[in-house]
Amino acid sequence: MLTRSPWRSTTRLAAVAAVGIALTSCSSGGTTPAADGGKTAAANEKVTLTLATFNEFGYEDLVKEYMAAHPNITIQMKKAATSNEARENMNTRLAAGSGLSDIEAVEVDWLPELLQYPDKFVDLKSDSVKGRWLPWKEAQATTADGKLIGYGTDVGPEAICYRSDLFAAAGLPTDRAAVAQLLGTTWDSYFAAGRQFQAKSKVPWTESSGALYQAMVNQVKNAYEKDDGTVIATENPEVRAMYDTVLKASADGLTAHLAQWSDDWTGSFQRDGFATMVCPGWMLGVIEGNAAKVKGWDIADTFPGGGGNWGGSFLTVPAQGAHTADAKALADWLTAPEQQIKAFKSKGTFPSQVAALSSPDLLGVKNAFFNNAPTGEILANRAKAVTVVPFKGPKYSGINDAIQQAISRVDIDKTDTPAASWDKFVTAVKALG
Amino acid sequence: MSVTISLPPKGAAPDAPDPKRIAFRQKLGRWDVQLSPYLYISPFFILFAVVGLFPLAYTFWVSVHQWNLIGGQGKFLGLDNYTYVIGQPQFWTGLRNTFSIFLLSGVTQTLTALLLAAVLDQNIRAKTFWRMGVLLPYVVAPVAVGVIFSKMFADQSGLINALLDKVGLGPIAWHAEVIPSHIAIATMVNFRWTGYITLIFLAAMQAIPREVYEAALLDGASRARQFFSVTVPMLRPTIIFVVITNTIGGLQIFDEPRVFDQTGQGGSDRQWMTITMYIYELGWGPQKNFGRAAAVSWLLFLIIIAVGILNFLITKRIASDGPKQPKVVAASTAASTPTSASAASTPADAVTSATASAPRARRGAGSASEGAPS
Repeated sequence: MLTRSPWRSTTRLAAVAAVGIALTSCSSGGTTPAADGGKTAAANEKVTLTLATFNEFGYEDLVKEYMAAHPNITIQMKKAATSNEARENMNTRLAAGSGLSDIEAVEVDWLPELLQYPDKFVDLKSDSVKGRWLPWKEAQATTADGKLIGYGTDVGPEAICYRSDLFAAAGLPTDRAAVAQLLGTTWDSYFAAGRQFQAKSKVPWTESSGALYQAMVNQVKNAYEKDDGTVIATENPEVRAMYDTVLKASADGLTAHLAQWSDDWTGSFQRDGFATMVCPGWMLGVIEGNAAKVKGWDIADTFPGGGGNWGGSFLTVPAQGAHTADAKALADWLTAPEQQIKAFKSKGTFPSQVAALSSPDLLGVKNAFFNNAPTGEILANRAKAVTVVPFKGPKYSGINDAIQQAISRVDIDKTDTPAASWDKFVTAVKALG
Repeated sequence: MSVTISLPPKGAAPDAPDPKRIAFRQKLGRWDVQLSPYLYISPFFILFAVVGLFPLAYTFWVSVHQWNLIGGQGKFLGLDNYTYVIGQPQFWTGLRNTFSIFLLSGVTQTLTALLLAAVLDQNIRAKTFWRMGVLLPYVVAPVAVGVIFSKMFADQSGLINALLDKVGLGPIAWHAEVIPSHIAIATMVNFRWTGYITLIFLAAMQAIPREVYEAALLDGASRARQFFSVTVPMLRPTIIFVVITNTIGGLQIFDEPRVFDQTGQGGSDRQWMTITMYIYELGWGPQKNFGRAAAVSWLLFLIIIAVGILNFLITKRIASDGPKQPKVVAASTAASTPTSASAASTPADAVTSATASAPRARRGAGSASEGAPS
């Protein structure tokens, strides 16, 4: 779920352990071909399904519920600590042609790589899931010829999280609605509010230039590649404009020059490191963890530059599995709105299902850490505000990594000028070819 | 041998065994003598062929093809993958970083381990405690070491920068500048490996006959002189072993630089991206290009062999006491006056000075070293 985070060294040990466990288990059992081309066990036959996720999907209780309803099915859960661990595991086993779980969770940022190999996955299209997801969510997992390779789980609708105590000290409003008004709906108004804040405060306005850039690029349809896959990253004026905007904010001292997920970044939550941050739904839990005992966090129901989505995951059924039809049924059940609302209550993963977004169960959710903000309602509004689905072709993650590095060379390392760092970015993009 | 010699004459005793069977038995016997030694040592070679030679050859096969991690083998490319990676600035940055980190860690490690081993070799209290103590860091998983050290070396919130700030030196940008990042990573590597190498050296030191030290003591050699003139030369084979394994391991360094920051890509300007990390990025990163990764792997293989040979030759020269002239040793007169001993710097000088002096001074102080370079 967490996106582009994830080489968090602190959790790598656990991940290694998880992979180790994954190595030792594998599904087995007799199968018979089913009518829909999947493989299913005969009724009452004992079946063991493996379900591989990462971070927190909130499936622990749901899995027990499913097993109770289906006595012949046993579900083994494998949990990698980070999405990067899961990704490496998946790539290796896809290449080997065996060893994957019956259901593999996939993060949206590496889904495009897998969409190139639809034959490795079961086509999950079915009448029972028609119209289940937000249209842009479903589009992310659909191949050009209409195959659906993943069932959406959560999304990362973005809002702005802020420290109301620091706002008060700088003489700014602290009330959620007033802050949303102050921040406005464009990046210009967001930065203007930042300048107003920093005139009265020594605390940087926001955490990371890289995160700002990521939020902006998530609002662009074809930032790096055209729909046919032609790479336009280095000539696209939109990309250059975002790059310059972010680095200007950095030069103006609006950012804290931190790299997301670094030790300095994690530590800064305890030291009044910054006043606001871009806040996808899954980030709430991260903030709560890093900023434990810090009072004053709140969340505003607005986002600069229109709505935006950051991250979110899918459940896929690899074709190499022995029980693909059973696995598909389980994935179908897990991603149904009712189950995803339970997962949201358990671990805060925000559902991507249309029906869930208007469910009173979800809208009633409040978050005590964020000053009792109605996070269910705010994030539902933010999810509805998303209009653009960024096109992510096979080169997306490589190019995005390269420009993130270009930004941190200037913003964090201070080893390059913006122009020199851009030139290196151009070289890096060429090297991907 | 030939078959006819051992054959009994045809039509000998009527109850004699069939000559054909005898011939076959003798054939078997001959095969036994000629082939079985190879059979006995074959498990190693078979295993080596399966897990060493085959992957090596297969990697080469991959490196001359277009090869995607998931998609598999593509068309034949010849040496295109090699020319591509050699043309990449990142390849050369990776090579620079690898050598820099290798030198910073390898040299420090070997020297520190040598000194530590010399100290542990002395008659100290609670020997076993200290000896086990130096091995303790080796037991810690490299990733755990990485986690602890990356917290210590954090640019803004790290312990080390806080200490540097206290003593008035400015904070160092461990993650932004090239050499500081290499020092930080070399520190992790040293922390883990120094104790292990110390124990190897210690074991070798304990095998040095104590009379040599007694003789040196009688000749008035100081502790330092004993170390340089007796211990180090007698450790020559061990030092060569350590340096060679160090080279192989050091040039493949991966874990420590990989966990040095949160993205594991070796820094935003590839300040500490090693060559193995580059292999990983090509093969498993966004490109998923196994062909290019394999090409870099092969280049790394060749580099390691070259550096290994170079190291072997250098170590052979530095730590003298070659097997060629172990019997002829410098006289005690030469050894007791350091100037004359160190003057014998070239092998030719050494031989002359050694032959000129009394051969019976074999146990002479410091003799083992300066007296007889190979």
